[in-house]
Amino acid sequence: MTVLDANGLDFRTLGERVRAAEGDVEIDNCCGQRFIGAGMSARNIRIDGIPGNALGAYLDGAEITVHGNAQDAVGDTMNDGRIVIHGSVGDAVGYAMRGGSIFVRGNAGYRAGIHMKEYKNKVPLMVIGGCTGSFLGEYQAGGVIVVLGLGANGRRIVGNFSCTGMHGGKLFLRGDGHDVLFPAQVTARPAEKADMEELRKYVAEYCALFGADVGEILASPFTVVTPDSKNPYKRMYVSN
Amino acid sequence: MKLEGEVRIPSGCAIAAVISREGKKMTGELITNAMKPMHDRSNGLGGGFAGYGIYPEYRELYALHIFFDDRTARENCERFLEKRFEIVQSEIIPTRKIPAITDEPIIWRYFVAPLKSVLASLQLDEKAFVAETVMKINSEAEGAYVFSSGKNMGAFKAVGFPEDVGEFYKLEEYEGYSWTGHGRYPTNTPGWWGGAHPFTLLDYSIIHNGEISSYDANRRYIEMFGYKCTLQTDTEVMTYIMDYLLRVQGLTLEEASAVIAAPFWSTIANKPSEEDRRLNTYLRTVYSSLLVTGPFSIVFGFTGGLMALNDRLKLRSMVVGEKDDKVFIASEEAAIRTMEPDVGEIRAPFGGEPVIVRVKEGVEL
Repeated sequence: MTVLDANGLDFRTLGERVRAAEGDVEIDNCCGQRFIGAGMSARNIRIDGIPGNALGAYLDGAEITVHGNAQDAVGDTMNDGRIVIHGSVGDAVGYAMRGGSIFVRGNAGYRAGIHMKEYKNKVPLMVIGGCTGSFLGEYQAGGVIVVLGLGANGRRIVGNFSCTGMHGGKLFLRGDGHDVLFPAQVTARPAEKADMEELRKYVAEYCALFGADVGEILASPFTVVTPDSKNPYKRMYVSN
Repeated sequence: MKLEGEVRIPSGCAIAAVISREGKKMTGELITNAMKPMHDRSNGLGGGFAGYGIYPEYRELYALHIFFDDRTARENCERFLEKRFEIVQSEIIPTRKIPAITDEPIIWRYFVAPLKSVLASLQLDEKAFVAETVMKINSEAEGAYVFSSGKNMGAFKAVGFPEDVGEFYKLEEYEGYSWTGHGRYPTNTPGWWGGAHPFTLLDYSIIHNGEISSYDANRRYIEMFGYKCTLQTDTEVMTYIMDYLLRVQGLTLEEASAVIAAPFWSTIANKPSEEDRRLNTYLRTVYSSLLVTGPFSIVFGFTGGLMALNDRLKLRSMVVGEKDDKVFIASEEAAIRTMEPDVGEIRAPFGGEPVIVRVKEGVEL
């Protein structure tokens, strides 16, 4: 394991040192350096401090762990690997994500999972332990998003305009979703047995990472949101 | 070369701010350092700061910070000022020669009191008179630009990266109870000092990250009330909108926020309180031309407080943290951690949700 002190380094220098190091890397005193781990595969990166925007962009198989919060655009367009955030994340986490997984212990900002997609066996997963801002899963085209709303204390666990433009994939929300206004083109229904079995895998991984209780989390009802059809926006603009 | 005001300049940017609720003083070094981890949000074409409580020895006087192109512009402007104000003190704003900041204009400050006889003959209150004077200089005086005009506060701005601008103006020598800082990322600029943030009028200042789509609609409306947008940088219009809503129309900060970042009609319709629905409908209807669309995160500074606000879609990032008496606001958490490594929970306000922080009552500012 190579230990790098990020104090006073700009993003370019830090990135070069991470790339030059062989194998696993620990970054200490991180403060806002962007693009950490971008495009990387087959290694572990552990970060203490606050990584800058676009952490793990285009990630291709590496595992990134942040012991603290992360900023905007975590896992932008990531292809494979896993990002584990022990704090909260900023806006647009998992933006256009196409594979791999992101686990956030705390909250996510606006536009979490916007334009997430899938193809054949590449099915991205994003689990948010806390709450999210507005536009969750906007234009979602594939993959799975789970929002657990832990610590919400009765507050609505997602902001406004969730699933706007959704045309693929699946969203799990903890609770009965009565207070969430969904667009007309999606179906929100209570989770059934098969859904709960699928969900158990995701929640178990979350709990293994962050130490919560699977049974307690799953004891609550869940809402599953999927688009109404394969092409819910047919003829909205043009015949397609 | 076309000057700013003749070409349109969209911008990206970094913002940061800090305030002590106890009114405790901090030097400008703190806010200068906060800009460093956000270096890549700016491109070296504008940086600036506003400090509140920095001129306690002149707290009853308006502090005019003015850029001059040359000595003639200064002398002409001074003659104009003498007809309207008692000039108690005039001096060059101290700066430090550093390689990162070049081509500086002549930078002066004047501590002034409006002449009572002039106020009486114009039948204007003091603030309206000072605001009108600033508009007059900025739109009519050749080679002179007032970039700060409040009491016991001041803006400092330049072409350059913000951390260099802070060093250039020796901000470590000023002490204020609140500070805002800005790094600019215009995609096209002729590089004029007046175009850097903050934009100020009286004690109001705004730093802004974003791009106002409604600029021209807002400008046309606000110019009906005597404001003159001379720069065509979108942030300028927002400063005048806030001055109009707060000082002229007498709205509260919350109400002004509900005008410029008005909720969607669907969001208003779903508000549980009848009174909320009524008020929001009223504000959206009466001030529809002052709705600011497009991405923004702003920090609005005023005597005794700060307000942070995102556009209603929250198209720009902004986070808030607290520690003891201090509240920190920035585009990125890294900037807040630079000011205070042990800051408590970091919060991201919702789009259109104003965060208003005031120095507690009874503290002399």
